[in-house]
Amino acid sequence: MADMKCESCGSTEPVVHLTQIVNNEMSTHHLCQGCAAEKGLQDSPDPTNYQLLDLIEKASPDTLGASQGGGGQCAFCGLTFDDFRKTTRLGCPQCYEAFSDHLPRLLRRIHGGVRHVGKVYLPPDPSASEMEKRLEGLRRKLERAVQSEDFERAAEIRDEIQVLEPVQSPT
Amino acid sequence: MTEFDAIPDHGLGWLEASGEHADIVLSTRVRLARNLQGHAFGARARVNDREAVLRQFRNSAEHSEMLRGGTLLEIPEVPGRTRQVLHERRLVTRDLLGEKGSEPVTSTAVHFARREPVSVMVNEEDHLRMQSLLSGLRISEAWRIVDRLDEEIGRELPYAYHPEFGFLTSCPTNVGSGLRASVFMHLPGLVLTKEISKTLRGMSELGLTFRGLYGEGSEVVGNFFQISNQTTLGRTEEDLVEDLDRVVRTVIDKELHARQVLLRDAPGVTEDKIWRAYGTLRYARMLTFDELMNYLSGVRLGMSLKLLRGLRVYTLNKLMIFTQPAHLDQAAGRDLSPEERDAHRATFVRRVLATEGDVSAVTEEAADDRSPDQP
Repeated sequence: MADMKCESCGSTEPVVHLTQIVNNEMSTHHLCQGCAAEKGLQDSPDPTNYQLLDLIEKASPDTLGASQGGGGQCAFCGLTFDDFRKTTRLGCPQCYEAFSDHLPRLLRRIHGGVRHVGKVYLPPDPSASEMEKRLEGLRRKLERAVQSEDFERAAEIRDEIQVLEPVQSPT
Repeated sequence: MTEFDAIPDHGLGWLEASGEHADIVLSTRVRLARNLQGHAFGARARVNDREAVLRQFRNSAEHSEMLRGGTLLEIPEVPGRTRQVLHERRLVTRDLLGEKGSEPVTSTAVHFARREPVSVMVNEEDHLRMQSLLSGLRISEAWRIVDRLDEEIGRELPYAYHPEFGFLTSCPTNVGSGLRASVFMHLPGLVLTKEISKTLRGMSELGLTFRGLYGEGSEVVGNFFQISNQTTLGRTEEDLVEDLDRVVRTVIDKELHARQVLLRDAPGVTEDKIWRAYGTLRYARMLTFDELMNYLSGVRLGMSLKLLRGLRVYTLNKLMIFTQPAHLDQAAGRDLSPEERDAHRATFVRRVLATEGDVSAVTEEAADDRSPDQP
């Protein structure tokens, strides 16, 4: 205990331990009072890098070979898969395409699912198919609001749908 | 302190104890991570990426009903101590401020909405992090506020969005909805009845994460726990938010039950702990952070159980926030040493309790009415 250092600032002997459970795994961080005061009152529930490193490792058994053989580098930002394994952060939106061979397995380990089913984004200049997808998403949302009898919300969503929906010819 | 004058409620609205179960749930936060197309994410972004992101965001803010007329603070222009105060009020993350002791990264900023309790951090780990921080248990409400802002900003800015993976983020743990909802809960009943580990393990199996502070010998510090959703991909935002809400309500029921067990099985010890905590806070001359957290926990429990009448949740929330290092330094007008801070902390707590926390008159009377052998 005596030579234990605060993991955050490295200076004082730690007296407080921050414990987290993420992905059913418990981890403990040793902190001095100052850093504990700071972290204890903040909510940053993202998993620690340590846990993420482990997940990335488990999800990519063949990546060492791949990165050495140049098997993965993002053409836009230059991030290699090896960089990602070290930093646990992707470099840019294009990385998701560049590492599309490895990511689904990792995402499944982290999230359980690999497909986004939430909000459908409508870009500033949407194409017809983007509009249609967005409308589908809004209709799902509307259904849900009605089911939970949140009529105020339902009315808002209905307004959004009306703005996007192509004008129907009167029947 | 001009920076805070421009922020609604000085960024302290979440302390007001107005939401549901505010004595148990200190606060609710919902945040969305969003990135813009064509620029590297936070850690790999270059100066011109960050400048472009901030410029684009500023333009979009002018078209946003919620942000227009609000306050944008560029972090490098904010004085050091004020930055820390923003952080201690939980309005910006440590990541946005950069490493301790070094200057913040260029083009980092935070924009507070004009009226609503919502803000956007710019050039954090993700280009945009929108968050709503509310008092008490208000997960759906916080989600709606952030959702509305996201709609306004998304109409103006080209988000990095993938038809399969959803909203793209720097960290793969945030991809998909980019949504993280969390609550800050006070659970002394579950800790004292030793039910807490079981409860937390159960939550973890339901896809939620928790964190809490422990001292030497694994005693819990302050009995505060943060609970949040663990996954962001493969579930709708409404599912994530409703699941967390449901689980938190179950935990509240368990906590209330545990408190009744304490009062039934150990009324004397419980009452003694609460009054000792109050007495120490009311008269101590030096208080360290974890002493303060532990005694505040006892007093908060006493207030919830109506053993300490005349105290307000708001007062206790305030005592937690204003006794952090940068707040104490700011009040003193200089950087204090750790020992000085312990003394300033105790003085602040005494002063506040003397003016808005005098429970003795009301409660002593109530105690005198009881016969000694009555629980």
